[in-house]
Amino acid sequence: MNWVEENKKKAGKTKVILIIISVLFVFFMLVFPLVSVIANSLKEGFGYYIQSLNTKYVKSALLVTLLATVIAVIVNTFFGLLAGWLLTKFSFKGKQVLATLIDIPFSISPVIAGLAFIMTFGRLGWANPILESINQALGTDIQIVFALPGVVLATIFVTFPFVSREIIPVLNTQGKDEEEAAALMGAGGFTIFRKITFPHIKWATIYGVILCTARALGEFGAVAALSKTRGKTFTLPLEIDALYLAGSSDSITAAFSVSSLLVIIAIIVLILRNFFEHSEKVKGEKKEG
Amino acid sequence: MYVELKGINKNYGDYQATKDANFGIEKGSLVALLGPSGSGKTTILRMIAGLETPDSGDIIIDGKRVNDIAPADRGIGFVFQSYALFRYMTVYENIAFGLELKKVPKAKIKERVQELLELTSLKGLEDRYPNQLSGGQRQRVAFARALAPNPSLLLLDEPFAAIDAKVRQELRTWLRKMIYKVGITSIFVTHDQDEAVEVADQIIVTNKGRIEQIGSPLDIYKNPETPFVTEFIGQSSVIEDYHRFHGFEKGNYQGAVIRPEFVEVFKRDNREFNNYIDLSEEGEIIDILFRGNSLELTVDLHGVMITAHRSLERREVKVGEKVRVLIYRLFAFDEDRAYLLENENLKGRNINIDNLESYLYNEEYDFFVI
Amino acid sequence: MEDNQEVVKTELNNSEGASNEVEETSKKRKTGKKTKRVIPGFGLSMGIVLAMLSIIILIPLASVLGYAFRLKPSDLSKILSDSTVQWAFFTSIWTAFVAAVINVIFGTILAWVLVRYDFPGKRIIDGLIEVPFTLPTAVAGITLSKMYSTTGEIGKPLSKLGLKVSYTHLGLIVALVFIGIPFVVRAIQPVLEKFDSQYEEAAYMLGATSRTTFTRVILPELRPAMITGFGLAFARGIGEYGSVIYISGNSAKEHTQVVSYIIMQKLERLDYSGATAIALIMLIISFLLLLFINIVQVRQSRRTNNI
Repeated sequence: MNWVEENKKKAGKTKVILIIISVLFVFFMLVFPLVSVIANSLKEGFGYYIQSLNTKYVKSALLVTLLATVIAVIVNTFFGLLAGWLLTKFSFKGKQVLATLIDIPFSISPVIAGLAFIMTFGRLGWANPILESINQALGTDIQIVFALPGVVLATIFVTFPFVSREIIPVLNTQGKDEEEAAALMGAGGFTIFRKITFPHIKWATIYGVILCTARALGEFGAVAALSKTRGKTFTLPLEIDALYLAGSSDSITAAFSVSSLLVIIAIIVLILRNFFEHSEKVKGEKKEG
Repeated sequence: MYVELKGINKNYGDYQATKDANFGIEKGSLVALLGPSGSGKTTILRMIAGLETPDSGDIIIDGKRVNDIAPADRGIGFVFQSYALFRYMTVYENIAFGLELKKVPKAKIKERVQELLELTSLKGLEDRYPNQLSGGQRQRVAFARALAPNPSLLLLDEPFAAIDAKVRQELRTWLRKMIYKVGITSIFVTHDQDEAVEVADQIIVTNKGRIEQIGSPLDIYKNPETPFVTEFIGQSSVIEDYHRFHGFEKGNYQGAVIRPEFVEVFKRDNREFNNYIDLSEEGEIIDILFRGNSLELTVDLHGVMITAHRSLERREVKVGEKVRVLIYRLFAFDEDRAYLLENENLKGRNINIDNLESYLYNEEYDFFVI
Repeated sequence: MEDNQEVVKTELNNSEGASNEVEETSKKRKTGKKTKRVIPGFGLSMGIVLAMLSIIILIPLASVLGYAFRLKPSDLSKILSDSTVQWAFFTSIWTAFVAAVINVIFGTILAWVLVRYDFPGKRIIDGLIEVPFTLPTAVAGITLSKMYSTTGEIGKPLSKLGLKVSYTHLGLIVALVFIGIPFVVRAIQPVLEKFDSQYEEAAYMLGATSRTTFTRVILPELRPAMITGFGLAFARGIGEYGSVIYISGNSAKEHTQVVSYIIMQKLERLDYSGATAIALIMLIISFLLLLFINIVQVRQSRRTNNI
């Protein structure tokens, strides 16, 4: 036997061990919980499953969740596209600082995000008097904290960098030659963006939107701090929390039923993500070849 | 023969990277593996190193078959194309790495590294990291690292590819000098014929996995044996109907190559060539490139484009000017081989072409005839 | 995160930008005119980005800081010297640390397996790495809590071995490993993908065994990415709420309360000064971690650029 085969065999052993470790880890840590949610949700039978989803609380929570998610995705996509454009096509001082600031929501506790809005718009918040006077002048009763706007704001906060973070790396590798060429030919900013830049980041944007959606649907900590009324401002995760903490075995099963909705969405998101990433890779290979 | 390859074949799937390679390299020589990209030259180098295993055939180093010997035990130093210097090690640590692995005592390592630092004039840079070095310095570190364990054979994969043109020239000379100083048998891979001609004392030309020709640079240049070498080496334009020119007959050849130095471009009123006007072709200058020390002319000979050089000392020529072109010789080739054809007319006239050539190449004289 | 390489790139771009600016300003001085950027839309996009960033992120966070800085030092020290609060910080930090260490070990193995080996189902495993990114934390929380309880699918066999997971620190660590794993894998993966096999071959030619090659050549290259992944997982772990509050049991006696839980408790009791004071410390920790990660990345880009 020569050293090549020997080496291959040795590497083969390590390879098998490492693959087994990886598969076991992924299975127990990541797959098992998904399966467990579904199994728990069907514990009392399919009838109960449907029944536990068909309550006014769940329906209201679903609506609130969808509302917050749609707004957050729109706002953050708009922001992500602009921020990506700004951070990759221009040189200016403090660019790195700006990039870091945008990423803040990744590294702070969502509970603090909730607290931040309470301290801004809540009873003690400096913006509260402003809000009050607006309400007085317009005869409205807009509340932010413990109301829908707060839930929406909190959702936007925690998902703020999701789209930009997908776009920026792609634009960075693309450089800015094409844009400069177009600008020298006399194209306007919006035309350049639409015709030159966007085609490069189409997939990255879609991918960012998908991740942003997933995260927005599932946000818990920040929303929990800002939403107190079940059936009115509760999102699905808060409804799950309420059901789970009710403690009876029925309500815990109901909590898992509602969870299963979010698990299904999570799985769809994963599949879409892989699909987009794969098609992007295939495209990249074609380009190279 | 110090290094010998016998009947080496290597396939990657359906792709034949090396087809029946046979050659020997003498101890102490500096050999270039020259060929276009994809010609299999790097595969050969990597097989000698042991980074790839041949499908069949023997690799022999210093009389021993090394096919089954681990790369590190073959006594080979390898300089990678982009040097592969360990970025998280200093220059010193990079050079010492191979010695450490061989469990050489610390004091000995220090001594050897100092020696190499001195040899490669890297003294004072030992505590730098690779990214704090220039391209040339990196190459020197890679060179020193490969030499540290005292290999008896040095392999270099495109050693100048990662360096900008300005420094490249300098490094070629440096590397050649250094290899002779160390006295180590060396093989390097290159796609650049100038590099091969300038640095190596033996060239192995590869194409499509086959070895086309082995010889000294001059030999390869003067006596190309195959159509590929004829075209690949030197500045060559391939011509199919070469038999249209005075003095050349159509044989069983597929085409011919006329090198710039095989032709003489002169003005009709040039006294020295008075007797040859009938033997020359009429041409029109369609492009003139200034090559620094000479002019490169593209001349249209009734539809056939050829390239010629012209000394700056000679009379001025212009684009569009009608000139006479005398073709001394050319390389004709069939499918497998290349042949040197002399101009029959010049032979018949019993003219010593060599004499004429040297005469004509005498720039002073040409200046004089104006 | 998966774009840590890109962050480095941004930095490089940035330094380029800085030199451009030097040129531009020197030009400005000469011509006395305002230089124009070639690509239009700078002012507008800068304005909108800054406005949105301020409204959504900066102003609310500044409100927290503003309120925190108005607290009297005596109040602040009173809040922070509360043993429940101190225990919560201790618990959050050490469990997040242990979880991040575990994640670096498994994350490196996973990234290695996903980049270096081919095996059936590899793409599925690769996709599953992001389950924690897409699964709502509350769902993860209740599921893990149930699974690892003494009656749960995994908790039951473990309890027979004498290991109680749910409602202990161990449970906290399990939840934080779950949350943090994608950060580490996605930090290391791109670095491994770009890793040139020439380095390994070079070590090999010099006589290194595969183990030596790994420890001396590959590991140093991975270390910055590992540290980045560690930092991100650690930062996320310290602030984590949804996935830990169910499995932790939130017992003050057992010291299983985490900082986020304490902040939420204080908010529910309308104790805003308490919540803000603790949030201040958390923000400082996050900031330091972010700074740390950035420094690691800058140093890495310095070591590996233009080579």
